Amino acid sequence: MASTAQQEGQQHPIRLYLVVWGWLFILSACSYLVDVLHLEGYLRWSLILLFMVLKAGLIVAIFMHMAWERLALTYAILLPAVLVLVFVAIMTFEANYTRYLRLTWFEAVEAPEAFDELQSAVGEDRS
Amino acid sequence: MSQPAPIHPQGFPSGGWRGFAADWASDQRAFKGVSWGKAMMWVFLLSDTFIFGCFLLSYMTARMSTVEPWPNASEVFGLTIGGVEMPLILIAIMTFVLISSSGTMAMAVNYAYRRDRVRTALLMLVTAVFGAMFVGMQAFEWTKLISEGVRPWGNPWGAPQFGAIFFMITGFHGTHVTFGVIFLLIVAHKVWRGDFDQGRRGFFTSRSGRYEIVEITGLYWHFVDLVWVFIFAFFYLW
Repeated sequence: MASTAQQEGQQHPIRLYLVVWGWLFILSACSYLVDVLHLEGYLRWSLILLFMVLKAGLIVAIFMHMAWERLALTYAILLPAVLVLVFVAIMTFEANYTRYLRLTWFEAVEAPEAFDELQSAVGEDRS
Repeated sequence: MSQPAPIHPQGFPSGGWRGFAADWASDQRAFKGVSWGKAMMWVFLLSDTFIFGCFLLSYMTARMSTVEPWPNASEVFGLTIGGVEMPLILIAIMTFVLISSSGTMAMAVNYAYRRDRVRTALLMLVTAVFGAMFVGMQAFEWTKLISEGVRPWGNPWGAPQFGAIFFMITGFHGTHVTFGVIFLLIVAHKVWRGDFDQGRRGFFTSRSGRYEIVEITGLYWHFVDLVWVFIFAFFYLW
């Protein structure tokens, strides 16, 4: 992590970039395969997220040279970005609530039997 | 016991946690050893991260809260090539094109610091061509979907928010790619002309630039690729 490569800019062997390039290709192909193979459920979501995080990490760390930057810069950039996850969590609650209201007030008027179904589903969700 | 961190010429520890604390506690520049140009590009990219983050968040919120079915991206973005149905094929090709452009860009930065003008300019030119290809394919994708009836207020397959989010997110990303291509061409031209060897002054800033601008351009370009990684995962695969 130390600032060794500062004097003449970022000097790293071309080979390293080619290796990362290759890995990005492999990881993208894997993400595409997730869709081609029709994987579903938790397996699909976790694989998509895994390949996404690995690709993003390689790009930021190697291509954008974050791995060799000063720690002060690394934290200034990466920490705020990670904090967006808090916002994601908040909006998840918000979206679930909106959906609940929509199902309650829009759907139930047209199809009363759907309302009962929904209530039991929401009940399970909330327990 | 940890070794004391190496001391900076001005008496500041230079690396690791000690360097981090010293940098942030200083009353001078926070990012010692990082040029202003690079630091400011990073700050800009962070702000851009928030913009794209908010777009993706709104998309998540809309998709989770809509009661209508969400269109199946795998089919919507599929193509029939030679009678064979290929799910998501165009997006896959676009992804590979953008990744390749990132690869050539990273190598351009390397050659820039070696002051290899010709290789740097050519690699940046290749990067720009890949970027233009990407935008071209996006134009094709938009044309196809518009002809199938996708609008910002609706689509033939379900939740109307799909159209709004599709045009918003991919449009904003495509705009970034387009500006990136222009940025790349300008810097490639400067490198080719030898501006950074002769200390030629820029017409806008009237300052002489440095080869570091290639790395700064690269940061922007890799960021565009980075955003696509997230759009690919959340919008097209999810």
